[in-house]
Amino acid sequence: MTMKAAVAAFVHDGDVVVIEGFTHLICFAAGHEIIRQQRRALTLARLTPDLIYDQMIAAGCAKKLVFSWAGNPGVGSLHAFRRAVEGKGAPPLELEEYSHFGMVARFSAGAARLPFWALRNYMGTDLPRANPQIRSVTCPYTGEALATVPALNPDVAIVHAQRADAAGNAQIWGLVGVQKEAAFASERVVVVVEELVDEHVIRSDPNRTVIPGMIVDAVVVEPWGAHPSYAQGYYDRDNAFYVAWEAISRDPGELRRYLDEFVYGVADRQAYLARQPGLAARLGAKARYSGGVNYGF
Amino acid sequence: MAAVAARELGDGEVVFVGIGLPNLACNLARGTHAPHLVLIYESGAVGAVPERLPVSIGDPALVTGSLMVCGMADVFQLFLQNGKIEVGFLGGAQVDRYGNINTTVIGTYERPTVRLPGSGGAAEIAIHARRTLIVAKLHPRAFPERVDFVTSPGQRTAGKSRRELGMPGAGPLKVITDGAILEADPGTGELVLAALYPGVGADVVRAGVSWPLASRPDLATVPPPSPTELRLLREVLDPNGLFLTSTGDKRTE
Repeated sequence: MTMKAAVAAFVHDGDVVVIEGFTHLICFAAGHEIIRQQRRALTLARLTPDLIYDQMIAAGCAKKLVFSWAGNPGVGSLHAFRRAVEGKGAPPLELEEYSHFGMVARFSAGAARLPFWALRNYMGTDLPRANPQIRSVTCPYTGEALATVPALNPDVAIVHAQRADAAGNAQIWGLVGVQKEAAFASERVVVVVEELVDEHVIRSDPNRTVIPGMIVDAVVVEPWGAHPSYAQGYYDRDNAFYVAWEAISRDPGELRRYLDEFVYGVADRQAYLARQPGLAARLGAKARYSGGVNYGF
Repeated sequence: MAAVAARELGDGEVVFVGIGLPNLACNLARGTHAPHLVLIYESGAVGAVPERLPVSIGDPALVTGSLMVCGMADVFQLFLQNGKIEVGFLGGAQVDRYGNINTTVIGTYERPTVRLPGSGGAAEIAIHARRTLIVAKLHPRAFPERVDFVTSPGQRTAGKSRRELGMPGAGPLKVITDGAILEADPGTGELVLAALYPGVGADVVRAGVSWPLASRPDLATVPPPSPTELRLLREVLDPNGLFLTSTGDKRTE
């Protein structure tokens, strides 16, 4: 399926949308297509909103952000997000804020179809005051007061993976983040991959499968779809762009020009890549193959 | 700061590493007195041996050659909540008298004047790591009497001790600044001046915090960075000056 068709079919106005990936495998291609199709009133959930949610906020797609760390990792601020929260001329953005452990626990509860998850956390912090969804429960066995967070069950999860077969059995290596939990927690799952492979490739290394095809609604093949984030074994992070985003996002006019040129001004990912030649030479991954193991019996 | 922070890490310890200065300090320790330091990043890399200075805590170089890569649910449940993290490194826009850290908002939560990134994993690291080290530069705005928002709890919050609040870890025992080391008083939990960098007067340190800073009677002097430490930092770990400048450390988060 094309990204255009996948977003048209599976991402609707008002949805709770999660595009996960902790620094690694962030599906910018999907975010850009959602912006192009002008989805509105989305609740965007994700541990680390990153540049892609900053772009979606700037483009007017989001009404609410559910998150735990909103920055430009290793660089600084997300300025579209900050303008919205600091009331500086951007449409207001509703926030529901946790810590990473809290967000991970929300996805874990959602994936296990439990109403909440218990964790030993948040004592002494102001986070429960800022977010009344962080509550507590008394352990029925020990009497200990434990923090709780509610399950998060997004309408749609979009997960970028290195490879999958046509049925959506998706394999990820390197940092795996919370993609498995986010996918199992969601009502619909779109898998986006660098490479489509035969089923026998998946079956030759089943421990590497993170998302089984049985929960996947669509497979989109989109090489370099995670750029400017990275895909282990395929391409490195485009750190120059993350650094450049500081100045682009600081100026609403610059940000608008960026979106006009690289999002609205291109029809799809191929056109986006055509506008920035030399990515493969600059960012292509060096070879560091694993040894492989014997799955025989 | 990076060299002083590195010396706080013991060989073989398990340390939860943040990006920037903590990352430099951990890799410096690994290159000097603590070759068996186990670096765990919240991104899921365990026993990382980064061949380049990571540009973020999710850098692909943390994966290559590491001992284990796990999901983030495992990082927080099986390592952190399980009590396997011995040292946590934290920084922040504000650090108060009791070592509470604010990385959430300047001003009120509802109408912030500056919106900061938020907790990330810092709140739970502050609660669970067996001890934490804070790195922050001296400035009255960076060291207020009380933080605007407690993101990561220190020794006392809202008048209660960590023990009363049920926190497993010992919390911030030391704060590494650019002029001195502050330590939490074992009785009161208050941060007090414990050691000065060479050539830095106590008055300079006091001018950099907003509360009347008490001092330990046995005030120590911090040895300056050794030639080996400087060489490793400038030539090996951060040759392009990503985090270090000629005058000191650029970024603490």
